[in-house]
Amino acid sequence: MQVNDTNKEFRPLIVAFCCNWCSYAGADLAGSSRLSYPADVKIIRVPCSCRVNPMFILRAFQRGADGVIIAGCHPGDCHYTSGNYFARRRMTLLFSMLDYLGIERERTRVEWISAAEGAKFSATMNEFAETISRLGENRRLEDLRCKE
Amino acid sequence: MQRINDDVLNKCRDLIENGTCDRVLAWEEGEFCYDVTPAVFTGDTLGKMIYDDFCAANQSKYLIDESHKEGRIAALLKPCDTYSFNQLLKENRIKRENVYVLGVPCDGKIDAEKARGLGIKGILGAEIDGDTVAFETIYGKKTCSKKDVLHEKCLSCKGKKHMIFDELTDPEKEPETAVPENGTSRFDGVSKLENMTAEERFRFWRGELSRCIRCNACRNVCPACSCRQCVFDNPASGVSSKANTNDFEENLYHIIRAFHVAGRCTDCGECTRVCPENIPLHLLNRKFIKDINELYGEYQAGYDTALDAPLTSYTKQDAEPGIVHERGVR
Amino acid sequence: MSKMYKISKERLDELYAAVSAVKSLYLPVRSGENQSEFKKWSDQSDVCLDSLNTVKSAKELFFPQSENLISFKVSGKDIELVEDRDPSEPFVLFGVRACDAKSFSILDSVFLSDPVDTFYKSRRENGTVVTLACRAPEETCFCGTFGIDASDPAGGDVKTWLTDTELYWEAVSEKGEELTKLLTGILSEADADADTKAVDDLKKNTKEILARLPLADLKLDYFSGDRLNEKLNDVFYAPQWQELYKSCLGCGTCTFVCPTCQCYDIRDFDTGHGIKRFRCWDSCMYSDFTKMAHGNPRTSQLERFRQRFMHKLVYYPANNGGEYSCVGCGRCLAKCPVSMNIVKVIKAFGGEKA
Repeated sequence: MQVNDTNKEFRPLIVAFCCNWCSYAGADLAGSSRLSYPADVKIIRVPCSCRVNPMFILRAFQRGADGVIIAGCHPGDCHYTSGNYFARRRMTLLFSMLDYLGIERERTRVEWISAAEGAKFSATMNEFAETISRLGENRRLEDLRCKE
Repeated sequence: MQRINDDVLNKCRDLIENGTCDRVLAWEEGEFCYDVTPAVFTGDTLGKMIYDDFCAANQSKYLIDESHKEGRIAALLKPCDTYSFNQLLKENRIKRENVYVLGVPCDGKIDAEKARGLGIKGILGAEIDGDTVAFETIYGKKTCSKKDVLHEKCLSCKGKKHMIFDELTDPEKEPETAVPENGTSRFDGVSKLENMTAEERFRFWRGELSRCIRCNACRNVCPACSCRQCVFDNPASGVSSKANTNDFEENLYHIIRAFHVAGRCTDCGECTRVCPENIPLHLLNRKFIKDINELYGEYQAGYDTALDAPLTSYTKQDAEPGIVHERGVR
Repeated sequence: MSKMYKISKERLDELYAAVSAVKSLYLPVRSGENQSEFKKWSDQSDVCLDSLNTVKSAKELFFPQSENLISFKVSGKDIELVEDRDPSEPFVLFGVRACDAKSFSILDSVFLSDPVDTFYKSRRENGTVVTLACRAPEETCFCGTFGIDASDPAGGDVKTWLTDTELYWEAVSEKGEELTKLLTGILSEADADADTKAVDDLKKNTKEILARLPLADLKLDYFSGDRLNEKLNDVFYAPQWQELYKSCLGCGTCTFVCPTCQCYDIRDFDTGHGIKRFRCWDSCMYSDFTKMAHGNPRTSQLERFRQRFMHKLVYYPANNGGEYSCVGCGRCLAKCPVSMNIVKVIKAFGGEKA
């Protein structure tokens, strides 16, 4: 297993679950506005932030993610009326549990980003990538079998 | 040692004789005093029925299957079991009309393993007198205080009041309201962990969860875990890999297990009681309960079937997930 | 008979260190409150030789709960096979009780008969088993039913007895002699009279306790003779199963703490950049046990429950000269969440002296 090669600069792997109706379009807007965000962020499109099952987040960490962010519509703006309200409760409890197990609390995040907020998308991802880079490799919720 | 109160036994006999029920869910004696097994009795076998301070199992889950059989079953439910029964009713898993809930009083149940921990080995029988338990063992008589050998779930008893019943065997013992045995100390274990550093918490949980042998007893005994097929038993789910000695698998299983019952867990404590490795699994479930209480208002699953469950409802003013970052950073 | 050696109880750490210097040493170490597990010794280890049963049995040293067998790496149309086998290290397994020691021979019949399980075989060859006689059996013990003498354990390479002050040591195989030779500076020769008497007294005392254990009279007469062969169906279709299985939760506790359960599953794990094939203990109590393309041959808990006990008390003895696949360690009696166990099954079939 070769990890944390000291000669190489650490590049985090970040998984972003983006709601189809807002932040996914926000990412598009960021692109067309020529606002950059790190290539470390891998976007997975979901129909709603509440589609994100806790299992998705844990599986992302298993397969090598160093940080996971969920981006959905602002509260009140859900395409399905209330999906993001449910997501908000679920993710709060899940993140609290991860923190309780001693897994760094900064590795998980929820942000509300609308389709019009390309700039917010870019700024959020830059800031999140920076946080994760600072934290370094995900060690506490890793699956050694998945490391090459 | 008499292992069932005559009133309870007579009540059950009456229920069968007057045609209210055709069978009774209670416990059957084992080889020693503590190894009692949940069992269903009919009129002919009622003589073998017992209910005493060793009958700790939560019987509610058996009622999922039993209530879908023909006839009506009388179930001896302890106060804590009735929370689970209510919760299962709320989830439409039990046919209410096929169950006659006979509320039995409970004075706390004894854990033979805790007695072994105190050096009381070779347990054959026991006599309970108030707060003293006199064990008869291969190596002579040994006594201890009852509270030292109570199950974890009894140490944090939610109260002696039955949440639902058709009849009580001892109505005079029934309190007006559910008063927790030890006040608010139920969450002390969780608070203690919350006050540790992330590093300490991580080491604590690795120490505990690395013992997991993935026997699934915590899941199978849980009244809230009543899925027909669990995601962890489904080879097509991609997460049922059973590699029980892998850190990630241990974390994944226990986080998902606890999360799936969050808001539905009545804190009956069965997971901790059955764990062969004595992992304090209740500390995971209680963390969710504590968070729910603090963030979304006091909620006790199984208290009232009409209330909205915390994870299937919301308010517009709910805390943002970022609260986890802001709360008590250490 | 081989020579008896001894070492004082206070100096056991020296013994552990001396063994560890040559080979990995596994022994019962405290893990959590009031329980122990076979673990690798270090000078930090909290060794507990007093504990009778470790939670998981000693079989794990030969047949680990989970082990990688092979990996596949796919690039284009090429598949590369990488062998993941652990390099087999020589090790010493210390403090094995008579029941667990007997379980090795039961596992041997399965894993060392054709086709030989090479993973198991290499661990067996590399392991030296040091048994430890029992002094204070528990109410759940019924090893006597299977002809096991807890006061004088068979099946190991070295036998030991622990009194209040001394550990007595007697090599009973070539491997055992080798290990004893390595420890010449640590062990001292036992006195022919006084020390032999101490060991004999310990044996006598243990035997006396064993004789009055509550399960001392448990008999397996029902599971013998024709019922293992021509009349096997009498057991299979016996009405007792209809009642016995009912309380079973379908968890795997009994199978995972059992020293003789040997069923396993082989699965492929997709790592995202290759496949790892591993095997892990499986439990006949699980709904996906022996699941095949067409489905599962045992669809109800009754069938799964019956399978476990038929295997231990009928199928295994039928194929192995009447030897049962149970050693009476009592782990399932202590650990089953609903206290439904092999003793209750045996008794339901009339397993007591008349």
